Amino acid sequence: MRLQRRLHPDRSRRADHFRLRDAFAEATAGVGARTGRLLLTVLGTVLGIAAVVVTVGLAQTGANRINERFDAVAARHASAEPATREDAWGQSRALAELPRDAPERALRIAGVRAAATVSKVDIGDATITAVSVHDPSAPTRAVPTVMATSADLLEAVGGHLAQGRYFDCGHDGRGDRVAVLGVDAAERLGIGGVATLPSVFIDDHPYQVIGILDATDRRTALLSSVIIPQGTAEADFGLVAPQAMEMLIEVGSGPVVNDQLATSLAPTNPQTIKVATPGRPSAVQQAIQSELVVVFLALGGVALLIGGVGIANVTLLSVMERSGEIGLRRALGARRRDVAVQFVIESVIVGTLGGLIGAALGVAVVAAVSFVRQWTPILDLRMVIGAAAAGALVGLLAGLYPATRAARMEPVAALRAGL
Amino acid sequence: MKLFGLPDNSDNQGDQDPRWTSDQPVLSLRGVTREFPGTPPVHALGATNLDVRAGEYLAVAGPSGSGKSTLLNQLGLLDRPTAGEYWLRGVPTATAPEQVRTTLRAQRIGFVFQAFHLMPHRSVLDNVLLATLYSGTPRGERRDRALRALDRVGLSHRVEFMPPNLSGGERQRVAIARAVVTIPDVLLADEPTGNLDSTSSSGVMDLFDELHHDGLTLVVITHDPTVAARAGRRVHITDGYLREVA
Ligand SMILES: Nc1ncnc2c1ncn2[C@@H]1O[C@H](COP(=O)(O)OP(=O)(O)OP(=O)(O)O)[C@@H](O)[C@H]1O
Ligand SMILES: [Mg+2]
Repeated sequence: MRLQRRLHPDRSRRADHFRLRDAFAEATAGVGARTGRLLLTVLGTVLGIAAVVVTVGLAQTGANRINERFDAVAARHASAEPATREDAWGQSRALAELPRDAPERALRIAGVRAAATVSKVDIGDATITAVSVHDPSAPTRAVPTVMATSADLLEAVGGHLAQGRYFDCGHDGRGDRVAVLGVDAAERLGIGGVATLPSVFIDDHPYQVIGILDATDRRTALLSSVIIPQGTAEADFGLVAPQAMEMLIEVGSGPVVNDQLATSLAPTNPQTIKVATPGRPSAVQQAIQSELVVVFLALGGVALLIGGVGIANVTLLSVMERSGEIGLRRALGARRRDVAVQFVIESVIVGTLGGLIGAALGVAVVAAVSFVRQWTPILDLRMVIGAAAAGALVGLLAGLYPATRAARMEPVAALRAGL
Repeated sequence: MKLFGLPDNSDNQGDQDPRWTSDQPVLSLRGVTREFPGTPPVHALGATNLDVRAGEYLAVAGPSGSGKSTLLNQLGLLDRPTAGEYWLRGVPTATAPEQVRTTLRAQRIGFVFQAFHLMPHRSVLDNVLLATLYSGTPRGERRDRALRALDRVGLSHRVEFMPPNLSGGERQRVAIARAVVTIPDVLLADEPTGNLDSTSSSGVMDLFDELHHDGLTLVVITHDPTVAARAGRRVHITDGYLREVA
């Protein structure tokens, strides 16, 4: 073989001999010439792909509905903090620090809608009062805690302000002395509202109160805290790094966040960050694993298999019917390989068509069912694209055997068939 | 040789023996034999010696089952001999790799069949273009060549037609255009007029005469004596044995 190549160097190098482009054109024409049969050929694949899309789509939609109803908060909340380890003295020590820009990094991950850091501020012996003059005769009250957060806290923890507003990036960046009071802290400090532009004093430094937080889904401790910007805590109290991050994420994006967040926060040592996302054995997975879904997926798989066998059968039939054409192509100088490639591509085209039609049909069914039940349909685009690709794969596998049969035909015998 | 104003492709291809020159036979068979295994085996072609020179017009006649198609399949590299050697433009082919035979077939040989062998769902132009897909014709030249070949056979007005809408004579002329679009050295025709009435037949034969005049080498199988009479050289085949007819 080697020797032959060397003896005839130009034989294998044929300029513009039946390129992939030509094979595609010929295959498309071959498929297009038999549109009536095409519909029958793709039917099995269409049904198989549609069944899988409908099953997974309804499972996702249904799971989302469960989440919406029973655990709307849990399904959308995630948090991250440094992992800890007990040291020799039994003290738990953080293995890492969260970076200052942790929220920005988190927002780059698909599915993260809002993120904010939350830290408890150590103010030492400092006192917190609502008036500047320290009055030793006043009754001592429980001192509220001081917390520091970044600007987007409200969205990240599902908080709600009774009055005023939350501080923004500007306050945070400049280290402005502003504060938002949890509703319990406000009551303890005797501050009724922000209209009078009150201040709280931490160790005689005034912090202007700009808002009152009266509810939050997460971190209810905030309600009894004086909340100041992260940057302010760094400047005034030497806060080194954020202690934790709270996030609002999209339903179903928990696994993605789980996969990516730690690496994003600590690229070299992702295991030093502890990420908590909606527990993966969630309604989503349970629904997918439920028996009904398994049965449907199995049916879809069987339909796909039948679809593949259908394509293989029809392609084989068409190879036999078209032996005259194959003989002609061989007589015109087609190599066995050229013939095989053409038939494989024809089969892939048929499979892809089946996959596309099946995916479209499946999406339509999921949308229709959701509409009737008044659910929000959830369809992973990747799943739909994957379904179409699965059709192409079915076509490819189904085409291999018929294509080798076509390639093996002897030109003389094939030509005798006529076309 | 110049077919419809296009030079042949002998200069730019590397598939010929450098020792071959155009005054030597284009086709040369020595002891070429074809047996079909079976009980008893069929001796379709006995040890055959045949030389065909460039520009020759050879008619092969003989009764049914005498081995005419078997011979043509050998000449066209569609089938391998059981014994013997066959040189095409000086290249030995009997035991050459499939790749070599396929390339020679694509570039050196044009076929015309009795049953036309046109693809029914493809236009006349597409049918002619089909041959250029496998011959290494540069993509940019394919269409122009196909149109010229169709013009050469007088079918410029049928370019977008579908073969089922053509007459038998027109179909065979499309097939001839497809056979010559690659500028082959040899045109092999197996009963090209077998399915045609006498008018269409003589149209096809006139076309062969013209191509012969342009320098094309032709080997035409026929039982029709008037067709055979057009050829410059005639051989007769009986029971697989070839005999020159004076
Ligand atoms: N594949 C084959 N297997 C067995 N025998 C074959 C095969 N092909 C041809 N033959 C036999 O070889 C002999 C010559 O056949 P061939 O087709 O060459 O005849 P022909 O001269 O072309 O006849 P016709 O004029 O009818 O076309 C016949 O006896 C035929 O039966
Ligand atoms: Mg015959």
